[in-house]
Amino acid sequence: MTPEEILTPQSKSVDAAAWVTALSRFARYQPLGAAGLLVVILMALTALLADWIAPFDFLETDYTLIMAPPSWEHWMGTDPFGRDLLSRIIHGSRTALTVGLVASLLGATLGLVIGVASAYFGGTIDMVVQRLLDIFMAFPLIILALTIVSIFGTGTLNVTLAITIPMVPRCARVVRSSALAIRELPYIDAARALGFGHGRIILRHMLPNVIAPYLIMLTAFMGQAILLEASLSFLGLGVQEPVAAWGLMLQGGAEQYAESAPWMAIFPGLAITVSVMAFNLFGDALRDVLDPKLRI
Amino acid sequence: MSGYLIRRILFMVPTLLGVAVLVFVLMRLIPGDIVSLRLAGEGGVVSAEALAAERARLGLDRPQWLQLVEWLGGLARFDFGISMWTGRPISYEIGLRFHLSLQIAVMSTLLATMLAIPLGAIAAVKQGTWIDYGVRLFAIAGLATPSFWLGILIILFLLIQFDWMPPIHFVPIWVDPIQNLSQLIWPAMATGYRYSAVAMRMTRSAVLEVMREDYIRTARAKGLMEKSILMRHALKNAMLPVVTVIGLEFAFLLGGLVVTEQVFNLNGLGMLFVRGVENHDYTLVQALVMLVATVFILTNFFVDLLYVWLDPRIRLD
Repeated sequence: MTPEEILTPQSKSVDAAAWVTALSRFARYQPLGAAGLLVVILMALTALLADWIAPFDFLETDYTLIMAPPSWEHWMGTDPFGRDLLSRIIHGSRTALTVGLVASLLGATLGLVIGVASAYFGGTIDMVVQRLLDIFMAFPLIILALTIVSIFGTGTLNVTLAITIPMVPRCARVVRSSALAIRELPYIDAARALGFGHGRIILRHMLPNVIAPYLIMLTAFMGQAILLEASLSFLGLGVQEPVAAWGLMLQGGAEQYAESAPWMAIFPGLAITVSVMAFNLFGDALRDVLDPKLRI
Repeated sequence: MSGYLIRRILFMVPTLLGVAVLVFVLMRLIPGDIVSLRLAGEGGVVSAEALAAERARLGLDRPQWLQLVEWLGGLARFDFGISMWTGRPISYEIGLRFHLSLQIAVMSTLLATMLAIPLGAIAAVKQGTWIDYGVRLFAIAGLATPSFWLGILIILFLLIQFDWMPPIHFVPIWVDPIQNLSQLIWPAMATGYRYSAVAMRMTRSAVLEVMREDYIRTARAKGLMEKSILMRHALKNAMLPVVTVIGLEFAFLLGGLVVTEQVFNLNGLGMLFVRGVENHDYTLVQALVMLVATVFILTNFFVDLLYVWLDPRIRLD
């Protein structure tokens, strides 16, 4: 379900015109959020069309142009292998978005189901689930990710998994507190009185009503996942060469080349910052629209 | 109250026990063990007997449940044991680096708080103006900037502008405060920015919420100046959630500075963590995780107590 659909629940089938109206209203009341959304869309397009947009092959090495400064040909300069930085940043958006999207979708959705179920059943089950979540919350986030990567090995898929796990308890917490309030509402009692099963009540009647905190957590997670992936890749524990990833590009000597080739340190970091900022701006605006009282 | 305190303290035990079991299992799921890693590192073929003897020396030949029970028994007596990799007591390994990590965490907390509370409060009071937008953008950029990248930029700036690098060797602050600060102020800044962003956003939204309360209207109605309304009535009541995020971020900083330490070449707890995981140093990583988790849980506990102190309406029983 999209935010616009929640805003206008009466329209069952949202046609193109309604979308345009909703979007323009969003842009008018949440200009920063709309700007964020625009950057997110641009980023998604860049990731999709990376093969066509990138001026060079991101793997192509040119040993005559090692660490060349930005020029008309190589807008962002080249790295120690003579690879075009702009092309690597364009392809890096693919890594960042894929890892971010998969990890936050998985993490938030698992958290959603656990949070709602915990609130619905209550009592001992709720107590046990909450204590289990406490354990994962107390476990330092980056260290949990580090250990998981050590167990399963590096690589894009494992990094995604490592980022997903710490997100589950965080989302479950927020969703649970919203679900606790819903559990007491008469229509849940009605559903129970009608003899519906637990699964049906949870999935059909409770889940749709905690979709707002879920969506908010989801967008917040996107930014965090991109940051975490960059950190892990920077440490050499994330995505591996020759895959293009922003954190990895900063690791590739950016620090020691800082003096002679600062562009290598500046542009990939800028890409991370701008994209995370875009997701956060959009997420904030979404929160203001959907649930202004929620604090995350 | 005392009943609540006892219950809360007792509740910490199962959580810590869970963390202990989780880290114990996770460490042993990492393929390979410290013995083959260390002996193979010396090159050549190692006989099976030598491997077995080393495992026996480290106690790795015993059943896993026994290892777990003995380790937990040690924890209960605050005995972390000996690092499998260096052979030195873990309390010594941690003690060496704890000072550095703690100092950065404290400095970064101070920086963040000094920046966050005034800016967040001003943004809330001037809601909808360009000041508000400026502060919010500054905060949201802080959340988005990876602190390790900010660290790289700081080093880059110092190198290009002053042709100077922060010192690499750590000196305690009471020995040489100038050298100590000139090394640690930069990582504190790099992490402090993100930290202040989190606290700033919380301050802003909390002050906004409090400003809508009835007692603020009463204060206005009786003719108090806006300044004293903010300082005396709003800010104090808005501090609860701010204190929470500051506390939690502090706990996170103590053990989570892995990447920033790498950038600034600091030998703190974060690096110890990475090296421990790389070396399959079970006892060391287990002890470190327990330390960070304990700090986290205790911080949570003290924040809850602080709530009662700051807001007499909250009753814990």
